[in-house]
Amino acid sequence: MKTRLRFGYLLPLAIILVWGVWVLLKGEDTLRETTFTVFMFIGMASSLNILLGYTGYVSFGHIVFFGLGGYFGFYLVSQHNLALIPASLAGGALSGALAGLLGLAVLRLRGAYFALATIGINEAARAFVSNFGPFGGATGLFVQFSAYEAYGGAGPALWTTFIYLWLVTLVVLLASSLVKSSRFGLGLMAIREDEDAAMVMGVKAPRAKTIAFMISAFFPGMIGTLYFFKNGNVEPGDAFQLHMSIEALVMIMLGGMGTVFGPMLGAVTYQGLRGYLLTSPIFKSLHLAVSGVFLLVIILFIPAGVVGWIRHRIPLTRKLLE
Amino acid sequence: MMLLQVQEVTKRFGGLQALSDVTFELPEGQILGLIGPNGAGKTTLFNVLNGVFAPNKGRVIFRGEDITGLPPYDVARRGIARAYQVVRPLNDLTVRENVMVGGCFGRECLSLGQAASGAEEVLAVVGLLDRADQLASSLNVAQKKRLELARALGSRPYLLLLDEVLAGLNPSEIAAMLETIQKIRAGGITILMIEHVMQAVMNVSDRVIVLDYGQVIAEGLPEEVVNNPLVIEAYLGDPKLTQRLIEG
Repeated sequence: MKTRLRFGYLLPLAIILVWGVWVLLKGEDTLRETTFTVFMFIGMASSLNILLGYTGYVSFGHIVFFGLGGYFGFYLVSQHNLALIPASLAGGALSGALAGLLGLAVLRLRGAYFALATIGINEAARAFVSNFGPFGGATGLFVQFSAYEAYGGAGPALWTTFIYLWLVTLVVLLASSLVKSSRFGLGLMAIREDEDAAMVMGVKAPRAKTIAFMISAFFPGMIGTLYFFKNGNVEPGDAFQLHMSIEALVMIMLGGMGTVFGPMLGAVTYQGLRGYLLTSPIFKSLHLAVSGVFLLVIILFIPAGVVGWIRHRIPLTRKLLE
Repeated sequence: MMLLQVQEVTKRFGGLQALSDVTFELPEGQILGLIGPNGAGKTTLFNVLNGVFAPNKGRVIFRGEDITGLPPYDVARRGIARAYQVVRPLNDLTVRENVMVGGCFGRECLSLGQAASGAEEVLAVVGLLDRADQLASSLNVAQKKRLELARALGSRPYLLLLDEVLAGLNPSEIAAMLETIQKIRAGGITILMIEHVMQAVMNVSDRVIVLDYGQVIAEGLPEEVVNNPLVIEAYLGDPKLTQRLIEG
């Protein structure tokens, strides 16, 4: 039984591993770009899932950690010529530290109040960055072309960035599995089900929630740095797009919240759908409306998401999907 | 040894005096019954004991240590576990995982593996072992009550607070639950229980205390307490008047 349990955790890792290798072997630029977007959302959705799926706290403004961490990492790369890996780690660290501080304040709030507070934080961060001189204010920052030389030119730099993102995605999935299968994760799930009862059973809820919030904020900060570096510039409008938060929520709900595989499946499916909608002549300006309808249908009819639904219907899969 | 000492505990909610100067002691290994009419402050007392509320005045001493005002999770780690009156199962977790939460975060802070094997033992005691892998939400009320108990036991506490674990059960379920409670006590755990099913309290308690309007109005052996005029008055009103009403 133990080995089959481990299989459930290894499956998402194996898929991403093979997928990345396949993209590298193919070596096509367009494939790399689409895969970059998909991996980015797998990473975002999986890290948000640690808060939403395991701990039961909805963060609508989670994109703030992508934006702010990304801004900081990009600032270090573009203005201080820091290498990409330490810069993205610094971006993640900033996001994690910010979540730790915010957690002390806003994790006292529960349910809808917490969700609303996170939206407020995102808007406040956007306003702050738009007026913050070192980050370039409203016009943002961009990379000097010479910065790419350290990676052998612009083309190879994009491949390097892709490889980093691929590794980060693997680490996110690994972290998600480790949290879910640990004692810490059991405490988080107890908080999700009934926070007061969990505390009476000995779960240190304030600390556990804050740590979960920090983990779920750390990875978006790293991913943001890589994404902006790939784009070559960053501006407030790109960094703090609230609808990206909502889209990450849709992915989690679609795939199955509280599972390791669900957010990944949701991200892949949603990105595929979005790709179709954006290129189809009828829906091209309606893709957000469609995702809204999607969310509604999921919550009404399959609140457990695809993975939850399969696990419920086919008992055999419970050992294979986590 | 005195396991629990409650000294002059007072709790006010605005103008409402929920507990006033409640004082009692609970020696190790006993079952102490806590009774009183609705609104007497019994559940509030539990909430003060396990740290959900801090008292306005007074002290709670547990195993010689002052635990007044500690948050619930710190109280839990010192060895006080609680079963709720209204069941609060962790619905989306399995029965086994529910009990493991108690084990992992309770007094002994067990690892997942240790907690899982501990959970098996506890589930066997309360008779839920065959349901270990079901989701807690799939249990019926009597089973959820047993789960509530199992979860509290899973932390291997020194003191178990039972808040009306018999409420809502039918007579045969009550008999089975009382047997389980006796078994728990035989295992060395001290129990403080709130109960409305009088016959049950009288049967299992070593001593009983009676709360009314937040005050301890009587304390002693079960048979002493039921014949105490103050207690009868608290439950039924004036005993002489009651007597006259009954006699017609």
